[in-house]
Amino acid sequence: MSESAGRTPVLEMRDITKTFPGVRALDGVSFDLYAGELHALVGENGAGKSTLMKVLGGVYPHGTYGGEVVVGGEVRRFAGVRDAENAGIAVIFQELSLIKELTIGENIFLGREPRTFGVIRWEELYSRAQKLLDEVQLPFDPRTPVGHLGIGQQQLVEIAKALSQEARILVLDEPTAALTDAEVETLFRILERLRARGVGMIYISHKLDEVFRMSNRITVLRDGRTVGTEPTAALDEPRVIARMVGREVGDIFPEVTHERGDEIFEVRNITVEDPNLRGKLLVKDVSFKVRRGEVLGIAGLMGAGRSDLLMAIFGAHPGRTTGEVYVAGVRAQIRRPSDAIAYGVGFVTEDRKRFGLVLDQTILNNMTLAGLPRLSGRFVTDVDAEAAAGGRAMKDLRVKANSIFTIAGTLSGGNQQKVVLAKWLLTNPRVLFLDEPTRGIDVGAKQEIYGHINRLAQEGLAIVLVSSELPEVLGLSDRVLVLHEGRVTGEFKRTEATPEAVMAAATGHTQRAA
Amino acid sequence: MSHPANEPDVKRPLTNADVSPPGAVPEGVEAREGRFRLPTESLRAYTMIFALVAIWLFFQWKTMGINPSYPYGIFLSPGNFSNLLQQMAVTGVLAVGMLMVIVAGQIDLSVGSLVGLAGGVAAMMQDPGGLPGALGAALVLGVIIGVFQGALVAYANIPAFIVTLGGLLAWRGVILGLSKGATIPVRIPFFRELGVGKLPQMVGLGLAALAILAVVWMTISRNRARRRHGLTVPGAGATAARIIIPVVLIIAFIYLMNAGGGVPVPVLVLLAVAILGTFLTQNTTFGRYLYAIGGNPDAARLSGINIRRYILVAFGVLGLLVGVASLLHTARVGSASPDAGTYMELDAIAACVIGGTSLMGGRGTVSGAVVGALIMASLDNGMSLLNVENYTQYIVKGAVLVAAVGFDMLGRRKS
Repeated sequence: MSESAGRTPVLEMRDITKTFPGVRALDGVSFDLYAGELHALVGENGAGKSTLMKVLGGVYPHGTYGGEVVVGGEVRRFAGVRDAENAGIAVIFQELSLIKELTIGENIFLGREPRTFGVIRWEELYSRAQKLLDEVQLPFDPRTPVGHLGIGQQQLVEIAKALSQEARILVLDEPTAALTDAEVETLFRILERLRARGVGMIYISHKLDEVFRMSNRITVLRDGRTVGTEPTAALDEPRVIARMVGREVGDIFPEVTHERGDEIFEVRNITVEDPNLRGKLLVKDVSFKVRRGEVLGIAGLMGAGRSDLLMAIFGAHPGRTTGEVYVAGVRAQIRRPSDAIAYGVGFVTEDRKRFGLVLDQTILNNMTLAGLPRLSGRFVTDVDAEAAAGGRAMKDLRVKANSIFTIAGTLSGGNQQKVVLAKWLLTNPRVLFLDEPTRGIDVGAKQEIYGHINRLAQEGLAIVLVSSELPEVLGLSDRVLVLHEGRVTGEFKRTEATPEAVMAAATGHTQRAA
Repeated sequence: MSHPANEPDVKRPLTNADVSPPGAVPEGVEAREGRFRLPTESLRAYTMIFALVAIWLFFQWKTMGINPSYPYGIFLSPGNFSNLLQQMAVTGVLAVGMLMVIVAGQIDLSVGSLVGLAGGVAAMMQDPGGLPGALGAALVLGVIIGVFQGALVAYANIPAFIVTLGGLLAWRGVILGLSKGATIPVRIPFFRELGVGKLPQMVGLGLAALAILAVVWMTISRNRARRRHGLTVPGAGATAARIIIPVVLIIAFIYLMNAGGGVPVPVLVLLAVAILGTFLTQNTTFGRYLYAIGGNPDAARLSGINIRRYILVAFGVLGLLVGVASLLHTARVGSASPDAGTYMELDAIAACVIGGTSLMGGRGTVSGAVVGALIMASLDNGMSLLNVENYTQYIVKGAVLVAAVGFDMLGRRKS
């Protein structure tokens, strides 16, 4: 590590280790920050950036992690978020934590209102809030409800809140993800001013151009370990990318050649608007084709619009969607999920607990939910016919449970995922979308799911696979499409899809090798 | 016909013990887990039946010696028991409809006022419309208002609590206006019979015989279907038990009712509604979708289910059953008064909740709701026999409602 000698850092995190059941999220990570420095923290999805910041912000209290957090030369043991705030640490998470119904001033001082015997001194609160707003150049009355502000302006309110806590350490997690270009410029001007005032900032971003423009130093995390920390001037983008992905693609992906058949599914010019922000596009003009027996991988970083794309094609996106879908060469009008199912499109959605399963219900009822009229009967159900079909699916996918009438919520993550997969296979699909099919399940179950994906492709199913785990996309796909901010920035055949090339495209470097 | 509490024996949802898909799990696992550990759902049902029986025995014991002609207690005597079931019929019918709406994650607070409105309109329609006019008016009005409120919930996105709270006020106002505050007597004899009539004993016996045949036929055809799909078929002993237990209950029920003068018509209506409700919730795609919508609306929507349509239908079915309940209530009282049905929505909701329905949606059974209504009616009836003061009755019923859910939560946390 190269750092300017003589000064003591405002923050040192030494040898931080954090484990979750079955996963080591952080493994001996060290990190430091100087006053008046902007230190960028980069890495793939799941590399441990957010976990590290949660340790710093007191979200994971002292005792639940290993290692030391040293602030201003003193070892600190935070019991909660409030302790970290008192130590001058302010974390602005990606999901803003403002309350829309409250005013700007109320949000800034929430829980720390100036008061006399419990009665809030409103005049003081709003005059202090006004000064903070002037500082971040937000031309609003502090009595304005936060809900009236745009996302970018809300971000500035978060910063004002951090300033009100006299934060010496400011953590920004993907601060520009929801901002327009003009708003990004305003944000950067304010960050420059904070830097001049001696605030230390930790900047987490997938956008390497911003990282190189703003940061003094860059630390790369990979699989919960520090790959290295170096001054930004000593690095360039390819080297950072290499450090982000520098991992062997394990041999848990069996080498399979899929026999590709006819083109079965095509989408043209899919564009999706953000339902909460008129004019902002989540997906811009995306087109692709899939053949029978082919696995098309869609790679991209968080917020690249991958799930939005699939949801929109499936007729389940709340935002305005334009574009055309063709199934087996025929134009398909998909307005709602039942249309998609009727055309033979299946969708193993991400977040199985939220979108995939009715947790209170049995395995069988979950498996037959999407294909009920076909499996059971249009109006009157035939439980025995269902049980027979469900029993076969359970055996095929090796779902481990006492019986088909076990409640789905009691299963392990891997088995729950298999139930969701079975649900869609029982609709008899021609095209299957898989969104993060192995998120949060153990390695053994992952490998089983990979086996099923390969088997299904060999049986002639067309598969569209979205995953945040690069090795997974590269190991399973015949072709890889890369999205960045809703646009296709790369398309690779299996042989050309190197981790470096895909990561470069995913961070916004358009290249079309195919 | 079997006893309402045990009716679902015929058509209850399958449990672990019923089916094991061949080869899905090693036999040993199935034997250890499936046979000796009761699934939570049936454990709940048994606890509820146990509570009901305990309440019955308690009142039977307490009413011993009050009346010299009933040395072993009045509560379970044919006359009183028949009376008790008549008393619960209206709440029971409402609870079956309410259950479907609650399972779908909604609520209906307007049913009490709607009972008053539909009953009043039925009584008013006696003159120009005759019997069909009176009965039809209540049923059609119930469906129309149910669908209307359902549409406001499902398509206008107004929370059900608000729509039906508005209904609670508005429908009461409508009947007050229509009737000008007057009570209208029931004049048509057949209408009156709906509330107080009893089936001739031979008809009751005939229906019981039909019910026994239905149980036997369904059990056998079920076994045949299972064999056809290659599933495990229960052995001779299990099959016999599955036939004998409901048959014994049916015989006991019909004996008790006939000793009390015959099966009361409202009880027959409740049994029919409960059987249809069980069929609708357990054996149709509509029922399956209701549970999915209440359990996880996102997952249901992404599985291609038209959530709005089924919520609308659930409110429509409840509306129809409110029409039925209003007829039973008006006929039983003998007249339609503008304040009829007050607080009935709360009785129906309480019956569902005592019967294990989750107000969050996704959980609950028709049989549970009917047993819940039976528990409430038993408390009412038993405390009246014991001359318990009115205010104490309210307190006891309130406490039972909260305690029932409290025990449920306790049990759930442990598991």
